[in-house]
Amino acid sequence: MTLEVDVALSRASFELAARFQTGPGVTALFGRSGSGKTTLVNLVAGLLRPDRGRILVGGRALFDSAARIDLPSHRRRVGYVFQESRLFPHLTVRQNLLYGFWFRGQSFRLGSIDQIVELLGISDLLMRRPSSLSGGEKQRVSIGRAVLSDPAILLMDEPLASLDDARKGEILPYLERLRDELDLPILYVSHSVPEVVRLATTMIVLSAGKIIASGPVEEVMGRPELFPATGRYEAGSVLEAHVVAHDAEFGLTELETAGGLLRVPRLDNAVGTRLRILIRARDVMIATERPRQISALNILAGRIVALQDDGRPIGEATIAVGEGTIQARVTRRSMSQLDLAPGREVFAVVKTVAIDHKSFGQYPERSGRESEEV
Amino acid sequence: MAFSFSPEELVAIGLSLKVALWAVITSTPIGVLVALLLARCEFWGKSLVNGLVHLPLILPPVVTGYILLLLFGRRGPLGELLENGLGIVFAFRWTGAALAAAVMGFPFLVRAVRLSIEAVDRRLEAAAGTLGARPVWVFLTVTLPLSLPGLLAGMTLMFGKALGEFGATITFVSNIPGETQTLPTAIYAFTQVPGGEDAALRLVFVSVVISLAALMLSELFARHVARRVALS
Repeated sequence: MTLEVDVALSRASFELAARFQTGPGVTALFGRSGSGKTTLVNLVAGLLRPDRGRILVGGRALFDSAARIDLPSHRRRVGYVFQESRLFPHLTVRQNLLYGFWFRGQSFRLGSIDQIVELLGISDLLMRRPSSLSGGEKQRVSIGRAVLSDPAILLMDEPLASLDDARKGEILPYLERLRDELDLPILYVSHSVPEVVRLATTMIVLSAGKIIASGPVEEVMGRPELFPATGRYEAGSVLEAHVVAHDAEFGLTELETAGGLLRVPRLDNAVGTRLRILIRARDVMIATERPRQISALNILAGRIVALQDDGRPIGEATIAVGEGTIQARVTRRSMSQLDLAPGREVFAVVKTVAIDHKSFGQYPERSGRESEEV
Repeated sequence: MAFSFSPEELVAIGLSLKVALWAVITSTPIGVLVALLLARCEFWGKSLVNGLVHLPLILPPVVTGYILLLLFGRRGPLGELLENGLGIVFAFRWTGAALAAAVMGFPFLVRAVRLSIEAVDRRLEAAAGTLGARPVWVFLTVTLPLSLPGLLAGMTLMFGKALGEFGATITFVSNIPGETQTLPTAIYAFTQVPGGEDAALRLVFVSVVISLAALMLSELFARHVARRVALS
């Protein structure tokens, strides 16, 4: 099931023109607030109407200005998880969950109700009312409600934005299970790099109503020219990694990456697990000689392939290490003092401590169920 | 003052309740529709509809009664139509009293329902739509239940207004004991004859009790419903 969007919308203060396609798994729609992310998902859900264009899900036209098709939202089969859960306050959790099921559930293809309830860990909440739930519980119920309406695609508009870090951590594993266990493509709106790294396969970067980049997360995150849009603080390189060993004595885990071996704080994943790791550019130092007597455990030899120096006090360096690249953010002063230039052999230094649980993502692990599209 | 009602008083009390209840029950569906129209739709002539609904609030009740008499009297255009078509007669019947009460109480109902519909979070309605509910189901399963406190308040207000309706009723259907004589018109009649003060006072007491009971009941309902839908 794919989503194809090619729309244009023009408002007095805002122009949106976007064209993209998503595949299975999680596609992140990334951008700063005001970039048009929510507008775009509202267009897909039928809550807003584009001036012109086409929106197709699995080849079925939800909107096509040329063919004069504009399905009302209740006929689109587009599940929507809103930022503020939007549960119905007058219904119990159970009634909320079954709301969409009543209207569309006759041929629920994603499993059974019990299965979804169990997957989201909400079976103890069924008889409660939304007002008595915590923020995290509300959001899980809201996800269940959308899934049970048997959508062809699920839209999630910053579902974690209103939650604190602890609650986010509580929900993320459920989102991973949802992604891995259901045959349901997800368009995930976010402005959080860790969330994208953790969940998404592909990402689309939106800026001022236009798509400025799209592709695999590793590739898009590795483009320093996109940092203004991807957010300077969290931006960095996303590398594919395999767990090769655990160091029980010091509580560390060794990862094999395209750039070489990385030591990170101890992970629970088994040896051989495939992970994705975000190394923020701000956490990478550059040395022109191999540093000795230094506490940082990761020293990767490489060569500068690009320097971005736009006259600001801080610039970005792209360093080729092994088969991959790593981004480093350094001051212009350091660039000048160390004579950094493309082609120069350097060492990228990454503190183990700079890498934490928010730096990791697991690749989707499909549990064998093949998509059965009709 | 002995507290035993004369048959005439009992009839007036019973008739008042019947007239007020019928007025409320028959106008509620129409009131909800009109309120929905005013709250959620933009259309040409909206302010005219709004004005017409609220007109009985401003007009002297005698004028409303007289207009009803002109329209729904036996020779009135609508009265004739309804009598020939459906066999419903309003003129000088209790049904006419109910119609007068309904028209006079209608603005109270519509106003309360409209305000509570406007207070319903439209984002919830949008969510219901994405879950597959067509608009009429969204209204029945989300909008209406969430505006129930306002609807109950509106119905109570209207019931109270219907119970006390005097001017339009007496103009439209007169003051016929056993047919159109409701509590207020009966009280008025008793105060006009020598020795009727006791009967008038008894009915005044009954009016106070009924009105108070209706208000308290509605308050109770509203609180119950409000607790159920307490916003998350």
